[in-house]
Amino acid sequence: MHVILEQIINGLTIGSFYALIALGYSMVYGVLKLINFAHGDFFTLGSYLGYTVLVFGAALLTAHFGLWGALTAALIFAAVSLALVGLIVERLAYRPVYPAGRLPAVVSALGASIFLQNTIMVGWGPRFQAYPSELIPNVHLQIGGIHLSLLQILILVMSFLLMGLLYYIVQKTTFGAAIRATAHDRKTASLMGININKVILFIFTLGPALGAMTGIMVGMYYRQISFTMGWNYGLKAFTASVLGGIGNIPGAMIGGLILGVLEMLGAAYISAAWKDVFVFIILILVLIFRPTGILGEKVAEKV
Amino acid sequence: MEQASFPGIAKIFSSPPLRITLITALFLIYPFLVSDYFIDIAFYFGIYALLGLSLNIVLGEVGLFDLGHAGFYAIGAYTTAILNTKFGVPILVLLPLSALAAALFAYVVFSPVIHLQGDYLLIVTLGMGEIVRLALINNPFGLTGGPNGVFGIDFPSLGAFLVVDSSLEYYFLIWLIVGLTILGLTRLQDSRIGRAWNYIREDETAANASGIDSRSYKLLAFVLGAALAGVAGNVYASKLMCVSPESFTFWESCLIFCIVLIGGMGSIPGVLIGAAFISLFPEIFRPFAMYRMLIFGSAMILMMMFRPGGVWPRKRGAVQYESLLGDTGRADV
Repeated sequence: MHVILEQIINGLTIGSFYALIALGYSMVYGVLKLINFAHGDFFTLGSYLGYTVLVFGAALLTAHFGLWGALTAALIFAAVSLALVGLIVERLAYRPVYPAGRLPAVVSALGASIFLQNTIMVGWGPRFQAYPSELIPNVHLQIGGIHLSLLQILILVMSFLLMGLLYYIVQKTTFGAAIRATAHDRKTASLMGININKVILFIFTLGPALGAMTGIMVGMYYRQISFTMGWNYGLKAFTASVLGGIGNIPGAMIGGLILGVLEMLGAAYISAAWKDVFVFIILILVLIFRPTGILGEKVAEKV
Repeated sequence: MEQASFPGIAKIFSSPPLRITLITALFLIYPFLVSDYFIDIAFYFGIYALLGLSLNIVLGEVGLFDLGHAGFYAIGAYTTAILNTKFGVPILVLLPLSALAAALFAYVVFSPVIHLQGDYLLIVTLGMGEIVRLALINNPFGLTGGPNGVFGIDFPSLGAFLVVDSSLEYYFLIWLIVGLTILGLTRLQDSRIGRAWNYIREDETAANASGIDSRSYKLLAFVLGAALAGVAGNVYASKLMCVSPESFTFWESCLIFCIVLIGGMGSIPGVLIGAAFISLFPEIFRPFAMYRMLIFGSAMILMMMFRPGGVWPRKRGAVQYESLLGDTGRADV
């Protein structure tokens, strides 16, 4: 019984990574109907920026602000930088192609992804980078017979805080209502006085910032990062957002968590090598029986 | 009367005859003017052209989003690799068999999901592509050789007197196949099937209302596209003499997708230009070393800015792509 609980908690940990990345995909998809292939690379770039701060600034930062200060600085630095990168990419690569429709935007997004990925490769080199692991004390706790590391608890708390914050922004604030309205019907929303461009800019700062912070958490959890990891995480996160109902914000979170738990349970009880196959089969089954995802609404296709 | 019985072929050779002749002549002379290295580059251009043409049936003609096309390519390549190395079946016999295997896979796997719309179909194709690749890595029944793949695949041969084993011969083999495919697809575009496909792309509901069985036609597109990708896999496997799962990643599917969109959906010359861009660009910019992929990424964005409909979009009377391209409207409404 304890083993299965531990597996579920491990699943929730990686699931929260997927969920946080999936939020970026889902927000962009909801508003622009664009699969933002560059999002996985936002996440990688954030991870590398955090790595640089932690490796080169750690001594200085730790001396002045302590351990938590250094970590916070890395998170904030990566989030702010990636918010800027998100804005720049939107401005240069996406905005000029919106008028042409969605398919050219897919190619443009892939182009942006190649560009970012190779920028990282040129900047940090093609090899794996070992993430500084001594930052968080390697403490293991035992709660009711379940082994948990301090790092894992920290990651879970932080990702749930971030998800809660985003849920609050999207569901409770006026600006969130504007995002939801735009996702629902862009034309009507703009007629009601919502500034669509502001909404687009907002999702292109929020999504990459969340992705960047996830990147740092992934780096600390797995202790190594590579410039191509954005593809794998991006693919899984995109899958998660479809599983939950693409364009739907709570759906993306639930989809990510479910995907993570399924993956860990599949690895533990079926086969570690086949776990990803298992995940994709579940995805396809969900789409066969519930084509709009778990929380997705039935949207009538335009005739 | 001769012309009336072969309208498609007649169309190719009569409407812009000079252009076709010149291009064909260029392809015939080219390999004798350059070194083996450049012949090989032209060979991979041919492989990508064939893959682009195969996806063009699904994406360009019917408008179905398929981001798992590398899966069909992989099935063709592995069918060839396994049957040749384990059972010694000749490569040329395996050419139709690989096509058949990929087509059968497409039929079985897409029958239950073909009703899905737009992006949901896209994610299923993406999942299928990944499942194929992961299955190959996991080495089921010890057949696929895991991450290392299968080695020691034969050359294609017709008995002993014609063995395809040099760059030059492979070049002619792939471009012969591409040429035949173009002939066939040009005929198909103007046929009843081609028109039904385009009708489904433009307006599926109206197509159904006019008595077109859109389900069967969509499946047919997937099956045909998969078969052609399987052929590409067969030639690729015998050229490389080994296959490994690395060649059939999601990335490869994305590249094939870009070939069709960069060239122009549904346009055969467009697909050839797209394939040329994808295969030749990284070679031309080789002197830039690490920076060449940066240029490649930027070039993709720039092309979509200046030619969003592709380099050579299909011109065919009233057929327009607005219904597909105009879904989202503009950002600054």
